[in-house]
Amino acid sequence: MPGNDPYATLGVKRDASADEIRRAYRALAKRHHPDLNPGDAAAEARFKDIAAAADLLEDADKRARFDRGEIDATGAPVPERSFYRGYAEGDGAARYRGGRGGDAGDSDGPELGDIFGEFFNRQAGAGGRAGAGMRMRGRDQRYELGVDFLDTVNGATRRLGLPDGRDLDVVIPPGIEDGQVLRLRGQGGAGAGGAPAGDALITIGVFPHPFFRREGADLHVALPVSLREAVLGAKVTVPTPRGPVAMTIPPHSDAGRQLRLRGRGVAAHGKQAAGDLYATLQVVIGPVDASLEAFLKDWAAAPGEDPRAAMLEATQ
Amino acid sequence: MTGSGAAGERLITLSALCRELGRLEESDLLRWIAAEWVRPAARQPEPRFAAIDVARVRLIVELRDEMEVGEAAMPVVLSLLDQLYETRRQMRLVCARLERDGA
Repeated sequence: MPGNDPYATLGVKRDASADEIRRAYRALAKRHHPDLNPGDAAAEARFKDIAAAADLLEDADKRARFDRGEIDATGAPVPERSFYRGYAEGDGAARYRGGRGGDAGDSDGPELGDIFGEFFNRQAGAGGRAGAGMRMRGRDQRYELGVDFLDTVNGATRRLGLPDGRDLDVVIPPGIEDGQVLRLRGQGGAGAGGAPAGDALITIGVFPHPFFRREGADLHVALPVSLREAVLGAKVTVPTPRGPVAMTIPPHSDAGRQLRLRGRGVAAHGKQAAGDLYATLQVVIGPVDASLEAFLKDWAAAPGEDPRAAMLEATQ
Repeated sequence: MTGSGAAGERLITLSALCRELGRLEESDLLRWIAAEWVRPAARQPEPRFAAIDVARVRLIVELRDEMEVGEAAMPVVLSLLDQLYETRRQMRLVCARLERDGA
């Protein structure tokens, strides 16, 4: 999982210049690049964290959004890539062995007799079994999990059935976005020779909600109100992600008026306070009876202003 | 272990590889091939690259851009890396043989 603080990941101050960030990234990349550390299983995760932190902080826009708390360090999913070390010890690497223009056909290693052979032969002769099993970290495995809109607003725990029959309980943090990736440490493929298991990488897909819509931590809903409620004002009950709440509609509210329900958006998580729910009034006429018809015919202000005047003017 | 150049593996062209990596000129890659830093899975009629070649080119690009290894020092770094991986592979073979024979 990317560190929570990209500044800490790179070891730079929060007011570090772009140049300082670049320098810090380069220094860390030299130390942690997985292809330069083939024996270190954790190097790949560390390198990806470092690269993700640099990506975020080198993008002025993303950095500003992170500083304002609008996005967290997990950001967008990192595209899958394979490192050279994943191939370098395989048969396919034969053409890169033995230096410049070397005999590329040698793939079975006739030189087993040198240093290692000697060492291990002695060990084997003494009845030892040193190095019999290779330590190898398990593979990361990728899954997709579709979650309901309200689970991404309130947070939830969802069970993911894996192909191997295991069940994984995935904690959905409030505020997660469509396409974000959760990393569950040690839930991927098993390691060999006592090495740790890989991670499970879970891409979250969010099902849309029939009437709630999300913008960052805030939610929006189009709230139908009757003509009477809009004109005379009313106390109405509004659905929110955490149950219905009462809201007052002031008299003379027009369609399109936005009313805010504080703290009824995405639930609070970490240092992030809860978002708000914005209800935009939508006047619904409903069934019309003779008395309403008669009233409107006799309504003194009837012709009134053309409500489309501004639109017509703008398209002249 | 991921094999490469395996039968049926899809090979990609020079221009597709440059597009995929984004910050690589075709002339750079041709120079690296001439210097044997990169040895494409197929060379005729035009170079075509397997997954291992793509990963190696990406590594060279990162050595150049992120780790500031100049082209003068690159052969030293690549040669040491190739020896490191070869040694690891041999060790793996030794261990496998030990397991088979000595168990």
